[in-house]
Amino acid sequence: MMAKLLKNREILLVAAILVLVALIALRFPAFVAPANLARVYNDTSILIILALGQMAVILTRCIDLSMAANLALCGMVAAMLNAAFPGLPVPLIILVVMALGGILGMINGALVWKLDIPPIVVTLGTLTIYRGLIFLLTDGKWINAHEMSDAFKALPRFELAGAPVLSWLSLLTIALMFMIMSRTPLGRAFYAVGGNPHAAVYTGIDVGRTRFFAYCLSGTLAGLSGYLWVSRYAVAYVDIAAGFELDIIAACVIGGISIAGGIGSVAGAILGALFLGVIKNALPVINISPFAQMAISGTVIIIAVAVNARAERRKGRVILRKAEAV
Amino acid sequence: MADAQLSPRNIPDRLQGRGARILKSWECLLLVVAAAVFLGNSLASPYFLDPWNLSDATFNFTEKAMIAFAMALVIISGEIDLSVASIIALASTAMGYAVQFGFDTPALVAIGLGVGLVCGAVNGLLITGLGLPSIVVTIGTMSLFRGLSFIVLGDQAFTGYPESFAWFGQGYVWWVFSFEFTLFVLLAVIYGVVLHKTNFGRAVYAIGNNPTAALFSGVRVARIKFTLFLLTGLMAGLASICLTSRLGSTRPSIALGWELEVVTMVVLGGVSILGGSGTIPGVVLAALIMGMVTFGFGLLNVPGIVMSIFIGLLLISVIALPILWRRARRRLAH
Repeated sequence: MMAKLLKNREILLVAAILVLVALIALRFPAFVAPANLARVYNDTSILIILALGQMAVILTRCIDLSMAANLALCGMVAAMLNAAFPGLPVPLIILVVMALGGILGMINGALVWKLDIPPIVVTLGTLTIYRGLIFLLTDGKWINAHEMSDAFKALPRFELAGAPVLSWLSLLTIALMFMIMSRTPLGRAFYAVGGNPHAAVYTGIDVGRTRFFAYCLSGTLAGLSGYLWVSRYAVAYVDIAAGFELDIIAACVIGGISIAGGIGSVAGAILGALFLGVIKNALPVINISPFAQMAISGTVIIIAVAVNARAERRKGRVILRKAEAV
Repeated sequence: MADAQLSPRNIPDRLQGRGARILKSWECLLLVVAAAVFLGNSLASPYFLDPWNLSDATFNFTEKAMIAFAMALVIISGEIDLSVASIIALASTAMGYAVQFGFDTPALVAIGLGVGLVCGAVNGLLITGLGLPSIVVTIGTMSLFRGLSFIVLGDQAFTGYPESFAWFGQGYVWWVFSFEFTLFVLLAVIYGVVLHKTNFGRAVYAIGNNPTAALFSGVRVARIKFTLFLLTGLMAGLASICLTSRLGSTRPSIALGWELEVVTMVVLGGVSILGGSGTIPGVVLAALIMGMVTFGFGLLNVPGIVMSIFIGLLLISVIALPILWRRARRRLAH
């Protein structure tokens, strides 16, 4: 029983997060006040939404390096729409940028599906293209808080039943992703395609199309996050979320989603993101310079991968075990 | 990652004539693109063809290309190293730190190369020793190495490098040929020979095509992979010396985002991201193309980030076009 529990990655992660929080609470009890924990969750909401999209892509043995660029482009479009037409209702803007994000994801997916270009190359290319497009759109200008309408900025902060809309949106995404992954053929197809593409073909699953849908999903979520990011920080510029794609992948990796595809869970992605979120929020509290944050999250990623790899390696074919250990 | 078995492998066809093979090769396509960019640049700006201008243009790619050579070997062996830009930052930080204690140029060079080697060894040990996937390990060490330079530097910068140190990034070996460009040519030859003419190079291809088969045919897979990560570390250290010397200062954000540019350069050079195929001449041409595109756009006053659109499009289309072409031909044949 105990051994089984220890092998469960999600439970290990929950334990790791609890230990982390407990250690912080020893010195700074205020950190574990419910209000503060809710704030930490709210802070991590965007990362959770993005990690869930990335999870779907990684499960199918692909990778989406363009997510942060997609987020930045959609966020910029949202801000520009709002600045140009202050009367436009915010939910409409959200729908527009989600559609835009979905289309950008579709471009990734179509290139991977129809042209068989390796996903890392496709998204590396679109990453630079999407970032460049933002510059073309804006000429490098910023859109500042005073140019955005109050409704646009207020929505993510608006308190609904005790929690900000931002938190609710991430909870909604979690629920939706949970439904997709566990209750729909598409979710099962993600696992099948990543687990063994050849077997998936023989069971009648279209590998390329499944990957296409995974990219659409990650793109749409990146579009949503684009609005949330821009309205939350009340500023939009070319370099928003620069380098964030690696944080997203890191959250997935810490959450036990195998980069080789086929292994991972919604709970894992959420916990991986929360783990990074707790570290990020705790550093200033325990008086560690924010400059150390990168080094700490880097160490955490390496440890997490090392732990995961130990669990996964045993599954190799027995006759090749020695060879695969290389 | 894409599934290796589902994608076609670039196995040279020995039955065709040598001439036809060269004409159809990726390098030939790149050569045409390079010539087109060169022609476009010289038509677009009257200042482009000035020898000093052309010499300046080399700074846009030499440092990245040094790393790209080693990265090409790593990618051919089926791995990837995303931490190179962070190694540059860490090596540069270490050199800047040493300067504060009055170290002189030879010591600085040794420190730069040493930090590169140590970082490469850390990557190599994690990947070959523990058998972890290189893409995640190097995402981790990427944050770790750059994080360390952020811890040392905070929001500060190190300056005050000795005058003789400036030679690495600004000195000329002969007339317009800068030290960096000479180094680039030298490294291109060395890497070309190592990859294409030695047993070591053959082993790198073998590992990329099928690590298990390579292991069973007596290739020391782990040792060679470890060496390759040492090489990327060393090259990043070397690039760090050149870049730091050229800029004359160290900031923690130095070379930010270079890892993706180096990978782009390698992939554009025709190295399969899935491993097992690619050549050094291809990488050299890709470096020239990327350098000229950057410089040409600079001459035309196009901001750097717009040029990234072009490089992204180039990357995707250069890889997509042969696939589309092959498909169209097959359709016509039927």
